[in-house]
Order: sequence, then structure tokens, then C-alpha cells
Amino acid sequence: MEFLKKYPKTFQWLFLLIVFFALCFAIEVPETYKFIRGQAEFVKDPNQSFYVFLGKEVRYYPFDVFWRLPPLLGWLPIWINDSLFFLMNEWLPMEFWNEDTQSYKTRPLVLQITREVTSIMTFLIELIRDILLGGLKTIVAFTSWDFVGSNSWAKMPGLPWTIVAAGAAILAYKLSGKGLALFAGLVMVYISIFGQWKPSMQTLSFILVAAPLSFVFGLGLGIAAFKNKRVEKALYPILLVMQTMPQYAVLVPALVLFGVGDHAAVIITMIVAVPPMILLTLLGLRAVPPEVIEAGRMSGCNNLQLMFKVLIPTARRDILIGVNQVIMVCFSMAVISAFIGAKGLGFNLLLALNQLNIGLALEAGLCISLIAILLDKMSLAWANKQVDYFGNLTFFERNKNAYYFGIAVVIGIVLAYLGSFYFKEGYNYLFEVPHNKGISTADFWNKGVDWIFDTFFVYIKAFNTWLIVEVLQPMRALYLRMPAVATLVLVVGAGYLIGGIRSALVVCGLTLFIALSPWWDRALVTTYMATFGVIVSCMIGFTVGTLCFQNKHSANFMLGVCDIFQTFPSFVYLIPVMMLFGITDTSVLIAVIVYATIPATRYTIEGLRSVPVALHDAATMSGVNKFQRLTKIEFPLAFPHMMLGLNQTIVFALFMVIIGAFIGTEDLGQYILKALSDKNGAGIGLTLGICVAFIGLIFDNLIRTWVDNRKKHLGIA
Amino acid sequence: MSDAVIKCENVYKIFGANAQKMLQESNGNVDAKTFQENGCIVGVNNASFEVSKGEMLVVMGLSGSGKSTLLRCISRLTDATGGKIYIEGQDLLKLNNKELIDLRRNKMGMVFQSFALLPHKTVVENIAFPLQIKGIEIEDSISKAMDMVKLVGLEGRENYFPRELSGGQQQRVGIARSLAVEPDIWFLDEPFSALDPLIRKEMQDEFLRLQEKLQKTIMFITHDFDEALKLADRIAIMKDGVIEQLDTPANIVLNPATEYVRKFTEEVPREKVLLIEDVMDKSDTKDLSDLKVSKDETIENVAEKILSQDKSVAVIDNNNKIVGSINPTKIINTVFGGRKNN
Repeated sequence: MEFLKKYPKTFQWLFLLIVFFALCFAIEVPETYKFIRGQAEFVKDPNQSFYVFLGKEVRYYPFDVFWRLPPLLGWLPIWINDSLFFLMNEWLPMEFWNEDTQSYKTRPLVLQITREVTSIMTFLIELIRDILLGGLKTIVAFTSWDFVGSNSWAKMPGLPWTIVAAGAAILAYKLSGKGLALFAGLVMVYISIFGQWKPSMQTLSFILVAAPLSFVFGLGLGIAAFKNKRVEKALYPILLVMQTMPQYAVLVPALVLFGVGDHAAVIITMIVAVPPMILLTLLGLRAVPPEVIEAGRMSGCNNLQLMFKVLIPTARRDILIGVNQVIMVCFSMAVISAFIGAKGLGFNLLLALNQLNIGLALEAGLCISLIAILLDKMSLAWANKQVDYFGNLTFFERNKNAYYFGIAVVIGIVLAYLGSFYFKEGYNYLFEVPHNKGISTADFWNKGVDWIFDTFFVYIKAFNTWLIVEVLQPMRALYLRMPAVATLVLVVGAGYLIGGIRSALVVCGLTLFIALSPWWDRALVTTYMATFGVIVSCMIGFTVGTLCFQNKHSANFMLGVCDIFQTFPSFVYLIPVMMLFGITDTSVLIAVIVYATIPATRYTIEGLRSVPVALHDAATMSGVNKFQRLTKIEFPLAFPHMMLGLNQTIVFALFMVIIGAFIGTEDLGQYILKALSDKNGAGIGLTLGICVAFIGLIFDNLIRTWVDNRKKHLGIA
Repeated sequence: MSDAVIKCENVYKIFGANAQKMLQESNGNVDAKTFQENGCIVGVNNASFEVSKGEMLVVMGLSGSGKSTLLRCISRLTDATGGKIYIEGQDLLKLNNKELIDLRRNKMGMVFQSFALLPHKTVVENIAFPLQIKGIEIEDSISKAMDMVKLVGLEGRENYFPRELSGGQQQRVGIARSLAVEPDIWFLDEPFSALDPLIRKEMQDEFLRLQEKLQKTIMFITHDFDEALKLADRIAIMKDGVIEQLDTPANIVLNPATEYVRKFTEEVPREKVLLIEDVMDKSDTKDLSDLKVSKDETIENVAEKILSQDKSVAVIDNNNKIVGSINPTKIINTVFGGRKNN
């Protein structure tokens, strides 16, 4: 009893777990229950029950409600589909002028709007592609094919790769210095001589359209949310869901609205990239000291002047970090949107993975990672760059980088022109190295993979079998064995113990949504994979982080490694694991573990670092040794921040589990991928995406509430 | 019309959702405690005063006393909940947004505790900022700003960024910026509180020099009683939103109105604050010693001379005319009397 009084929380948690396990054992597995594989749900079976809601028929296998709740939300995906169809094809038909046929045509409003947006996006992408790679599409869009036919000057070639490389190096030099300039030059040269120029420039053109548009929309909405509480309140839940929503899931509805191709990819990228931009804009504007705002007001600024001359310049750094985030999301999406037909490196990567040509996939993956790292470093350098003062420089000094670029353009053109004489037959390598004419290392890698397989096949297979049979299958069976009601009790109880009634209600709502959807079993599989990944990631991450923290240099080195790994588009992680483990759950899980270890490590180091120096000194003067200091001072104080790391780890793990569907898993991700090729997939894809987002949000809510309370308790809020 | 540049009549500032309603119901008798129980926090409670042209009013109070809130009401960075504020006879609370911006662009300047400089602009650009906001050409605004740079003694650093300057230098920029539009009214919100003691003293002297030259109408906020005594024409001492006493430094030191004010005056070195004029006896001009002292001397400077005399000492004005006398015992009483336990 003494113990209970001293630790009431511990007792409550114990009680909750006892109730949970008691429920698990009390509720029998129904005999008819089996994990439904593949498309079985869509088969009409006389054993199924059904109900009709809003005119939509939902069929399902009925179980005891304690075991599985009936899919009362089963109508939602169908309803979303029908609504989308109605919007696109029937709602508000209007007359629109058609330029090509010179006549009025009746079209539903939404369809017309999406087509207009589509044509604008297509035009922008083609404009940049014409500049980088040469082409006629932009000129044709303004004139006509006849015009181009009769004016030979209109057939402009693209920029020679030498000029783009020089431009990148000069820009990098301006932003950061010699080191980055050298890196930029090398990356561009590498891309060129390895024959990845064309797909790289296609990807780059996609990013050069998507990133600025995302920036403008994100900044605009961020400002709106800053100025108006109501806008912020309206945006907040969307931002929250979008943070944990798998990117696959956005693909499907966008496919319905905007069709297939680069333009749809740009729009999807914007949907994914705008939320972090909004958040960082809001964060930056909020962090502007109130006295600076008052100083602006007292200088007689009106609202517009205050925003653009005082607030935004002062919040510049956070806003530029937002730009950095936008660029990173763009790269991630550059690969994923290849699923809906975006051209470029992502498309090649996907194709190579599909053909199991690991060598080619590796080359494309390396290229996209290199460009991503380059743009990441450049945008970060821009964010951290202090404003320069130009007042007392001459005109030449002010614009010297522009001059250098001008010189580079001239030299590049001359070189390309001379090259056309030198490389008489075949290709002008000083202009562009064609896709299949560069140096290729694909064969080497493929042979390497074959060799690894031949040599280590027995060991890899043994490990694989052991992991699947001894660890993964039992774990999965355990998760699937959880009755819906028991799970609900566990989650809601945890919510109540951590954050009181409010938290309990929130997680209850989130869990119910998943439980009442037709995919509760799949959600359990997703959770099992994510949990396995998170547990291993945290063990590795916390250990590595703690070890690296012991030495300042190793800590900095590790943070740098985390930075670089985080820059890789998530899809790239699948390449090496497929190389080693082929198409199995093990591959997915290892990719999950590698990916999710990044935030675990980073937050451990950052958390330990955030312990105030004064406390260190105080501890040292109390005569602690290194180990005591770690366990008594650093861990307790760093723990809240490390828990935020856990939160990120869960988000990252979920993310990768869903992407892992590409390899072949049996969870929510698999269904999202299937929805991509289903003409009625939009509703299913979106609902599934929300389910995944909600799994993330349940953990997010619990962990964040706990961390906030803990920080308040420790006085480090 | 009086020559009051700033005039406040029963100004209230109450924070909270139903502040307006509660103020109306209270009929002007605002009790901080009952308001707090109803979720309102009283910032400024029934402040009435005037500041006349060229006068420096120092508002002194500890943190949370409402002094900064009062200043923000008068600059209308926040709207007062009740009462009337007149700036040169104009009803401040009735101005629309455009008129308010006009007033700020031409009549008001403000200096902030944390300097509040724009990090992306150089010294001279920061100073030129209010001018450019007004719509003055860049060239003109920069040349005007350069004059200000010279005024505050920052020549040679005009192209530095705020991040490259020390605290004292940053506040010089803040002062220059607030003076760039040549305002009539100058608000200073704890301008020297974030500075080191030595720099603070230097800046106070600099500030007095500037004020002698410019003769602005000033509201100066501070939590430092010594600073208030050193700078003020008149001091308003605030506590919990209420102005406890508003008077000249000498009167506050000699006749503290409340127990709260008396506590501040206890530690004050009176010989440094009080002038002979403040303590002399005007009626008694007979039987004086040969020594004569000016009425504008501080006690500190002449005490030794006076104490060496047996009889009272004559006090003279600028025209060498005897206007009063002072007895050595009076000096002793003033400096050592009326303190703790007396």
C-alpha cells in the first residue's frame, strides 16, 4: 500500500495493462476469422452482411463487436469517389470559350478549373525544360507549328551542360564559398559524364516549378494564418494530418482531378510541400520580438509595410529554412510522383527497381541524392547567409557574379560550337552527353549484387528465414490477435493517464475512425511493422547518439551524417536493401530501421546537448563520474527531447512502411498502391491515407502531451 | 487651451475578455483584486496627468507596475480601455488608422529596451527607415540619417549591421532612429536598462546633452529610481497600475506621499539630489555669516563650507541677490534625518 501511495501513476498503468491483457484473453478469436488477403474483400460472398447508408452499399464479414467493430465508415470511400465524380463531371456546367475549335463548349466548372491549372503547370514545366534541354513547346504555345517551321531561328537548342554546371558553381560560391562551389561543379560534371543529364534536368525543371509555387502559397497562407486566428484554426487540423499523411495517399485523388503527368506531380508536390512552409512561416513570424513590431508601428508603418519591410525580413531565417524543407519534399516527391507519370530520375529509378536492375537504380538514386544534397546545402547556406552591404561597392563589384556567369555562358557556347566540329560523328559531348552514352557502372553493381547473392546467399537466407519465422510472424500474429475493444481501452486509457480527459477523447476519436474503417486488420499490420522498426531504431539511435555525444567531434560528425541521410529521397533507401534481401518483409523493415534511426540519433544528441552547461558544472563539482552524470543529470533532463525524437521516429517509420508497399507488404500501404491503379481508388486511397495519418497522430498526441507535462514539471518548457 | 502636449484623463487599461464591461460597471472604482477574480488584469488604473512642452516626465515603477502599459496607451500601441488621452489637443483615441499613422510619422519617436533594430538593415538604413516609410526619397533619407549618425556619435560605423555593434552602440542607433523624423514627442521605454552600469551612466549623460539641445517633450520609463532622479523634471511613481505620486524629484525625496514611495527614498543620497534651494529658509535672512552659496548648488558640493560656519549662511540667486538662508543644522538634519527608524 505504501508503494501504491508513493507511485500512483505506476499503479494506474499496471491496472490499465492488466485490463488490456484480461480483455485480450477473455475475448475469443471467432472461428470464422481469418486475415483476408489480397482483393478478397471485393468478392461478394453469401456469408457477408451488408448495410446501406447514403445510398451506398457496404459489404463486410460480421464478427462479435468485441472482436472487430463493423465497418460503419465503409461508405466513406465510396461517397468520396461519387462526390469527386459528381464534382468533375456534373456539377455546375458552364459555357467556356475554346481557343482551338473557336467555339463555346459546355463543361463542369471544376473540370474546367483543373484543366486550366493543368495547362498553366504544363506550360511552366515546358518553359524550363526548353531552356535546360532545348525544345519548341514554349514557342509553339505562343505561336504555332507553322511559325516554327518557317522560322528556323526559333529552334533553340538547350543550354550546354557546361553552362549549367558553371552557373551552379557560381551560385554556390556566392551563397557559401569555394567548398560548396567545388561540390556543385563536381555534382554537375558527374551527372553529365555518367549520362544522367537529361533525366536530371527533367527532375530539376519539375523542382524549379514546384518549389517556387509551394514557397509562394506556403508564405501566403502562413501570413494569412499569422494575421487571422480563424484562418489558423481552420488550417491547423489540415497541417497536422498532412504532417503524418503518407505521400502515396495524396497521389490518388490528385490523379482523379488532374490526370497523369508532370503537371499532376507538381500539384501533388505542392500539396505535400506547402504545409511545412506554412508552419515555418508562422513560426518565424511569431518569433519576431514584439518590440521590433512596435518599433515598426512607431516608425509609422501601415499594415503592408509592417509585413513586408519589418516582419518578413526579420523572420527571414525561419522562412528560408522553410524553403529548404520545400526543396527536400520536392525531391522526395520527384521519385514518388513517378508513379503517376512524372518524367526524370524518379521514373528511371522506379523502372529500374521494377526490372530489379539494381545497378541502374543505384545510378539514378545516387544522382537524385547528389542533387538533393547540393540544393539542400545551397538553400541552407542561403538561410544562414547574413545580408551583404552593397552601398559602397562599384557597379562591377556588386554584379561580378553575374559577369562571371555571362563569361561562362560565352565560353560554354563556344566550346559546344567547337565540339560540333570535333565530334563529327555521333554526339557532341560538350553539348550534352546522351542518356545511354555516358559511363555506366550499372553492370559493375549488378555483378556485385550477383556475387553477394552467390557468396552469401546461404547466410542471408538463413537470417531472413530466422527473422521472419522467429520474430516477425509471431509478432504479427500477436498484433492481429488484439480484439478491437481491448485496443481501444488501452489507447484511451493511455490517453487519460497521460493527458486527462481531453487527450483521451482525441485519441479515442482517432482510433475509432480506424476501427470503423474496413481496414482495421491492415492498420494492425502497419502498426506491427512500424513498432518493430521503431523499437530497433530507438535502440540503435539512442545507443549511437549517447556514444557519439561523449566526444564533441563525433557528435558533430554524427549530426552531419544524419543531415545527409535525411536529404536522400525516401525511395532511395529501398535500393540497397533490395540488393541484399530481395523482395521480402525483411527488406522493408531494414529500410524502415535505417530511415527511422536518423531522427532517433539526432534527437538523442540534441537532447543531451541541450542540458545547460551550468548543470554540468554543478554536477562535476558534486563529484559525479561520467556514468553518474549521464544517468543522474543528462538522461532525465534530455528525456523529453529524446521522446520528441521517438515521435519523429514513429512518423519516419510509418512513412517508410507505407513506401515499402512498393516491395510488397500486406498492410495499408499495399492498398494505397492498389488504389493507384483502380479507377475508383480516390476515396479508398484518401481514407487509407487518413488512417495512416491517424495512427501517427495517436502517438503524436500521446507523446507530445507527455513531453509538455514533463517539461513543465522539469521547468524547461 | 493649455500648453500640455500630452494630457491623460482617467486612463484605464484592463486586460481580459470582458474588461470593457467590468470597467463600466465599476464606475471608475477599479479594484485589482476583484478584477483578477473575474479574469481581468489591471494594467493602468485611473491615470491622470499632463506633460507640458519641453518637459521630461519620468515614469518609475518596478516590473509589472504598468509603466510600460501606460506608455503604450499614450503611443496607442495598445488601445486604452477607458479615459481620454490628448496629444497636442487632439483626442488620440478618436483618430482613425490613417491619422494615427500620420501622427506617428511626424510627431512621435520611440526608443525600446531591447533596441528593436531591424537585423537586415545597416545602421544608416535603420535610421533612415522611418523616413523611407514616410515616402522620402532614398538619397534624401540617407543624408538625413547621416546627420543623425553624427548626432549620436556613430560616424564611421554607419555601414555596420546591428549584430556587429555593442549594446550601447545599438541603443544609440535606436535613439537616432527615433529622432530621425524630428518628432515633438519622444517616448523612451527603459532605454538604458539592458546596458552595463558604466555604459548606462555614459548614455544618461549623453541623453541629457541631447535633451538640452533638442528640448523635446519626453516620457521616459525606468525601473531605476536613481536614473529617474538624475534625469527627470517630474517623476511619476507607479505601483500596481496606480500613480502613487507625481512630483519633482526634490519633493518626492523630501515629502514621500505614501509608504511605498518612502521606501524608495530611504536609500537615496539626498546630498546629491537636493539643491540648496529645496531646503533653504526663505523667511529668515537676518544674522548671517559672510559665506554666500548659490541656490542652484547641490548640498553635496557646499555642505563642507556651510558646516564650517556657526551661523546661518546666505543663499543667493543668479543676480547675487539674497533669497534665503540655510542653517548648518538644517544640512545635518536633511542629510541624516528622516531616514529609517526615525
